[in-house]
Amino acid sequence: MSRAGLGITGATVRYGDRVAVDDVSLDVAPASTVAILGPSGCGKSSLLRAVAGLEALAAGRVEVDGRDLAAVPTYRRGVGLMFQEHALFAHLDVAGNVAFGLRMQNVPRRIRDARVAQMLELVGLADRGSARIDELSGGERQRVALARTLAPEPAVVLLDEPLGSLDRVLRREMVAVLADAFAATGATVLYVTHDQDEAFALADRVAVMRHGRLSRVAVPDALLADPGDDWVADFLR
Amino acid sequence: MRALSRTLWIVPLLFFGLFFVYPVATLFATAFTATGRGIDSSAVQVITFTVVQATLSTILTVVIGLPGAWVLARFRFPFRGTIEALSVVAFVMPTVVVAAAVGGLLSDQGPLAAVLPTGSDRGLLAILVAHVYFNLAVVLRLVGSYWRQLDPRPEEAAACLGASPLTVFRSVTLPRLAPAIWSAGVIVFLFTFTSFGIVLLLGGPGQATIEVEIQRQALFLYDLPAAALLSLVQVLIVVVLLVAQVRLSARIGEVATRGALREPATKRDRGVVTLFVAVSLLVFLGPIVVVVARALRVGQAWGLANYAGLTTAREDSVLFVPPMTAVGNSLLFAALAAVLATGVGTVVAWLLSRSARRRWADSWLLIPLGVSAVVLGFGLLLAFDTPPLAWRGSGWLVPVAQALIATPFVVRAVLPALDAIGPRVRQAAATLGASPWQVVLRVELPMVSRALAVALGFAFAISLGEFGATLFVARGDRPTVPIAIYRLLGTPGEVNQGQAMALASVLIAMTAAAVLVTDRLRVPGGSHV
Repeated sequence: MSRAGLGITGATVRYGDRVAVDDVSLDVAPASTVAILGPSGCGKSSLLRAVAGLEALAAGRVEVDGRDLAAVPTYRRGVGLMFQEHALFAHLDVAGNVAFGLRMQNVPRRIRDARVAQMLELVGLADRGSARIDELSGGERQRVALARTLAPEPAVVLLDEPLGSLDRVLRREMVAVLADAFAATGATVLYVTHDQDEAFALADRVAVMRHGRLSRVAVPDALLADPGDDWVADFLR
Repeated sequence: MRALSRTLWIVPLLFFGLFFVYPVATLFATAFTATGRGIDSSAVQVITFTVVQATLSTILTVVIGLPGAWVLARFRFPFRGTIEALSVVAFVMPTVVVAAAVGGLLSDQGPLAAVLPTGSDRGLLAILVAHVYFNLAVVLRLVGSYWRQLDPRPEEAAACLGASPLTVFRSVTLPRLAPAIWSAGVIVFLFTFTSFGIVLLLGGPGQATIEVEIQRQALFLYDLPAAALLSLVQVLIVVVLLVAQVRLSARIGEVATRGALREPATKRDRGVVTLFVAVSLLVFLGPIVVVVARALRVGQAWGLANYAGLTTAREDSVLFVPPMTAVGNSLLFAALAAVLATGVGTVVAWLLSRSARRRWADSWLLIPLGVSAVVLGFGLLLAFDTPPLAWRGSGWLVPVAQALIATPFVVRAVLPALDAIGPRVRQAAATLGASPWQVVLRVELPMVSRALAVALGFAFAISLGEFGATLFVARGDRPTVPIAIYRLLGTPGEVNQGQAMALASVLIAMTAAAVLVTDRLRVPGGSHV
C-alpha cells in the first residue's frame, strides 16, 4: 500500500460570489486518518471535492507526497472518493464494481481477481461477488462502495459522509468495518462527516469546520478537553 | 471533458449541417426565385383543407382516446399489455399499409360500401379513420400515463360531496387533465397537419394537404419554385406548432409516480373495460386483417397467387424488378439508417445530457422533427442534384433521409436513460482512474444499453415504413417496400392490387416483429419513446 501524505495549503473554493472554502490549510500524515467535522453547508464537501479535482481551486494548492495536483485531472490523481449516495455501477455485478479501478489501471486479470477477493473479504461480502447491485441492501451497497474505493490502492482515500444514508445500527456496524479497512490497508484518509461519534471513532485527528474555515484541528481527546471556543464546544455537546 | 464534448459536437454539426441545414437552405433559396408569385387561390384551398382535416382528426382522436386513456390509467385487465404493444405497432405502422387497409375497407368493393357516403365525403372519412388509427397511441400513452399519476382523492372527495360521476369528470378530472390533453392534441395536430401518404392515397379530388401539393408540384408539374414556396409555408406553420408543444409539455413535467391499478369491480367498470378491449383489438387488428384477407383473395377464391407473384418481374409491371427485391432493399436501407440514426442520436443525447443550456437545446432538437418528411426529401433532392454533390443517383441518400427522420426518436429514447445515471456515478468512475472516454465507453454506454437497443429497434421500424422522404430520393430500380406498394396501388388491375396487399402484409410482419422485440426490451428499463 502506498503511504503518501496529503497536503492542503490555503485552499479556496468559490461558487460565484459565495466562498465555500476559505483559505484552508490541512496536512494528513501518511497512513493516518483526519476527520473534517462540521454542520451542513460549512464547506467540508467542497474541500473534499477540490482535493479530488471535481471542483476548481480559486487559490491555494493540493499536494500528494509533495507533488502539486493543480494540472492533474481527476482520473490521474490516484485519489479514491466514496459518496453517501454510493454511486455504484448498476450494469456491473459486485465484483465488477470492485474491479473497475483495477481495470482502468490494466492490472493483469490474475492479480485483479485476487485483489477483488481480498477486498470483498475485508468488507464482509466474500460470497456476494456475483450479486447484482439491485439485490443488495443499503448497508451492503456501502460495503461495495468502500471495497471499490480501496481496491486500486489510492494514495489518498476521501470519504464524503459515507454513512449518511444508513440507520443508527448499521452505522455503528459500518464504523467498525471502516476502522478495520483503514488499518488493514494502511490508507491515508480524509473523512468528512457531521457526526462526531464517527469522527472520534475513526480519526487520528479531527478538524472542526465552520463557514468555510477550520476552527480547530486536534487529536480527539485534546479537542474534547479544550474545544477552543464556545461555538466548537456547543457543536460538540 | 470539455475537449471530449468539443470533439463530439463535430458529429451532429457535420451530419445535420450537410443533410439538413444545407438542403433546407437550398429549398428556401429556390422558394425566393418564385418572384412575383404569391400564394394563389388554389394554394389557399390546399392550406384550408390541411387545417380542416387536421383539426377534425385531432378532435376525433382525442374524443375516442380519452375513455381508453382512463381505462389504461385505472384498471388491470386481460390483454392490457397486448393492447399497449399493438398501439405502438399502430403508431409506427407504415402509412402506405394503413392507406391500403382503409382504402380496401371503404372501397366500393369493400364490406361497408352500402352504408358509406360517396365521393369526396368518403375520401375525408377515409383520411380521418386512418389518422385516428395512427394517433390513438399518442393520446392513450400521453394522457393515460398522466392520468395514472393523478391522485384520485380529489375525485373521491367530490363524489362524497354529492357530485355525480359525470359532474366529477367535468368539474374535477377534466381541468386536471387539461395540460396532457392539450399537449397530446398539439402532437396529433402536428402529425396530421404534415400527413402525406394517407392523404396522397386516400384523398379524393381536391383533397390535398400541403405535403401532397408539394409532391405534385415537384414531381409531376416540375414547378420547383412553387413547391419550395409551399414548403416554406409548411415549415413556418410547423415551427409555430412546435413552440406551442414545447410550452405545453413543460407544463406537464416529468411523470414520476405511477398510481396503482385495480381490478374493474363494479358492473359499469367491467362493461367499460370489456368494451375498450373489444374496440381496441378491432381497431388495431382490423387493418392487418383487411390487408391479409385482400392479399389472399385471388379472383373469387382464396389462394397464395399474390405472394407467389412477388418473386417475378412482370413485363407489364410498374416496377422494374420483382417486388420481392424491394424487401431486400428495405431491410438493407433500414438497417443502415437505424445504425446511423442511433449513432448520431446517441451522440446528440450525450451532448444534451451534459449541456448547460438544456432547455434551449431541447427546443432546437424538435425542429428536425417538425420539418416534414416530404419537405426533407424535396430538400435533399434539390441539394444533391448537381455537382459537386450529385449524390442523388447513388441511392444512399435513402438511408440518410430515413436516419434524419428517426434521429429525434433515438434522442428521446436515450436521453432519459443518460440523465438517470447522475453525476456521482461519473465522478466515481473518474476517481477510479477512468478517463473521459473511458467513462463514456465503460460506464455510460453499458448503463444505457437497453435504451440503445430500444432506439435501434424503433429507428429500424420507422425507417422500414418511411415513405414521404424516400419517395423523393429512391432510385426507380431500387424501390423500398412502401414505394413498391404505392406504385402497385396506383396502377389499375386486380393483380397489381393483390400484390400490393401481399407486399403490405410482408411489411406489417417486418414492422410488427421489430416493434414487438423492442417492446419486450423496454418493459423493465423505464425509458420512453
